[in-house]
Amino acid sequence: MVDLIIELVIIILKIGIVIGAVMMGVAYMTLAERRLSGFIQDRLGPNRAGPQGLLQPFADGIKLFFKEDFIPDSAEKLLFFIAPGMIFVPALCVIAVIPFGDSLNIFGREIQLRIADVNIGILYIFAIASLGVYGIVLGGWSANNKYTLFGSLRSVAQMISYELALGLSVMGVLMITGSLRLTEVVEVQRSYFFGFIPHWNIFLQPVAFIIFITAAFAETNRLPFDLVEAEQELVGGYHTEYNSMKWGLYFLSEYANVITASAVITTLFFGGWHLPWIEKIPMPQILLELLQIGSFVLKTAFFSIFFIWVRWTFPRFKYNQLMSLGWKVFLPIAILNVLVTGLFYAIFS
Amino acid sequence: MLKEYLPILILLIFAFVFAFGILLLSHFVGPRKYSDVKGEPYESGIKPFMDARVRFSVKFYIIAVLFIIFDVEIVFLYPWVVVYKEIVSQGIFIFIEMIVFVVILLIGYFYLWKRGAFEWE
Amino acid sequence: MEFILFYIFGFIAVVSALLIILQKNPIYSAVFLILTLFSVAILFLLLNAQFVAAVQVLVYAGAIMTLFLFAIMLLNIKYEEKAFSKLANLKITGIFVTFVLFIEFMYMIFLRKGLGIAGNISPEKVAEVGNVELIGKILFTKYLFPFEVASLVLLVAMVGVIVLAKKKF
Repeated sequence: MVDLIIELVIIILKIGIVIGAVMMGVAYMTLAERRLSGFIQDRLGPNRAGPQGLLQPFADGIKLFFKEDFIPDSAEKLLFFIAPGMIFVPALCVIAVIPFGDSLNIFGREIQLRIADVNIGILYIFAIASLGVYGIVLGGWSANNKYTLFGSLRSVAQMISYELALGLSVMGVLMITGSLRLTEVVEVQRSYFFGFIPHWNIFLQPVAFIIFITAAFAETNRLPFDLVEAEQELVGGYHTEYNSMKWGLYFLSEYANVITASAVITTLFFGGWHLPWIEKIPMPQILLELLQIGSFVLKTAFFSIFFIWVRWTFPRFKYNQLMSLGWKVFLPIAILNVLVTGLFYAIFS
Repeated sequence: MLKEYLPILILLIFAFVFAFGILLLSHFVGPRKYSDVKGEPYESGIKPFMDARVRFSVKFYIIAVLFIIFDVEIVFLYPWVVVYKEIVSQGIFIFIEMIVFVVILLIGYFYLWKRGAFEWE
Repeated sequence: MEFILFYIFGFIAVVSALLIILQKNPIYSAVFLILTLFSVAILFLLLNAQFVAAVQVLVYAGAIMTLFLFAIMLLNIKYEEKAFSKLANLKITGIFVTFVLFIEFMYMIFLRKGLGIAGNISPEKVAEVGNVELIGKILFTKYLFPFEVASLVLLVAMVGVIVLAKKKF
């Protein structure tokens, strides 16, 4: 019984730490987005709240929280109210299976550094992420506004189109691993080619990586694929009518999705928490573990920043370009990539 | 086996409570001032005309149906890639199985392409 | 523990399934259908069928419901409500069909007829080898033919979409 309680406490602690980290990541990504955009466009960005604007995310959060919770007359009231929750819950739950470290040994107890290690691993991520569509489509529909309706329709069509490319591009990686478990995906990447080049999947599956990261941009509705909220056409897209914390949840989910996507990219293609060559240097176990967690956080942060960087580098696509890129280019290339990887193993085994 | 999913269940409950808790709290905390104009749907400042319950292009339905079809195909691929490395060392047959599967689907894919299902004007 | 979870999610599944048909507004029905499908996925999990559970969420709750929602959004809801309220005599047919189905299920459950045979794979083995791996091994050896036929079914579906949606693009 005591053992069970300790287990539960550990689980809750891990959830608290991971969700806390994601939320802090989201808060500072919003700031980074605005400051970095300012830097790229040669302007300042918010720098008043706290030193260098470091308290800005909290100021924004408090402001949103105390805003009037307004629902338009023509909206489908109940649905309009719960739709932001329907996107936020999956956005938080997706992160559960991503390993952020190996295992810590505290007080003789082995603690696995992941919330859950399930057999279906990556499939869990896709399954839960696919539920995020409903928050968008129901939110856009229930607001009873033409902009939101078309924003949500575009968004859903875009997300489901790129989900195919996303799903197909990981097949090569899974084939190398021989399992859907993300811990094993990382485990395989810990060896070396020729004894010194890290066995990261990016070197084996570069095509898959390019497809995956591009599709991830489309899945998270980020520029250059943010047709969903193309300001010139649709004002704010599917959340035009939303305000206060309801809008806040959409906003949080968007950034949480970006962070999750970065974490998945890190895990699948860049060795996850693996820090190359470090095992050969003698050091205490706990320091090694902390360094590995640090490397995971750094890699994830890098891709999150990359998402912002790309925003100011590429112009927005047109909707027909977006669709034909997904269906006519990425889909066949991803299928071909799976078959070529299969052929490779068929020949060399 | 259940034990692996216990943390996910806890996380799910936590996320639910967090999301709807924050929505409700903010609902009761904020001020409330109502006016007729405020309640109208936003149409860039123009007086709203027509309901937003409009019919939209059939393309969206086609995309949704095609998504289901290809999604099912991908679901079949998952077990294949997982066991592939192990089985292919005993014989190349499993590779040919998938080639047949994919080629049949590619026939459909190119038919769709030819009929312009992926065109979007 | 397992029983408690089974009853909780079984209850959610049944109640939301009832709510699907009791809602006036079809879009709420769709929302409850998503909830039902999700609870059923958790019931699959409790049966140790992890892959099936994930596919249930991915394909049913994820993909098919998107299409349902699109279709509902096309409907003119006010008109549909009126149209459906006239179909009162359909209720009798509905009750009859449900009753027959219920008898059938009871027959199968209590007399244990028409149920599948228990396989030789125990939950322990599933945990050891992995759910997806076992499905893969059996699907690509023993059940190869149904697997290949599945691709033909998908091909027919693709052609069907085009034929239904448009004569000419």
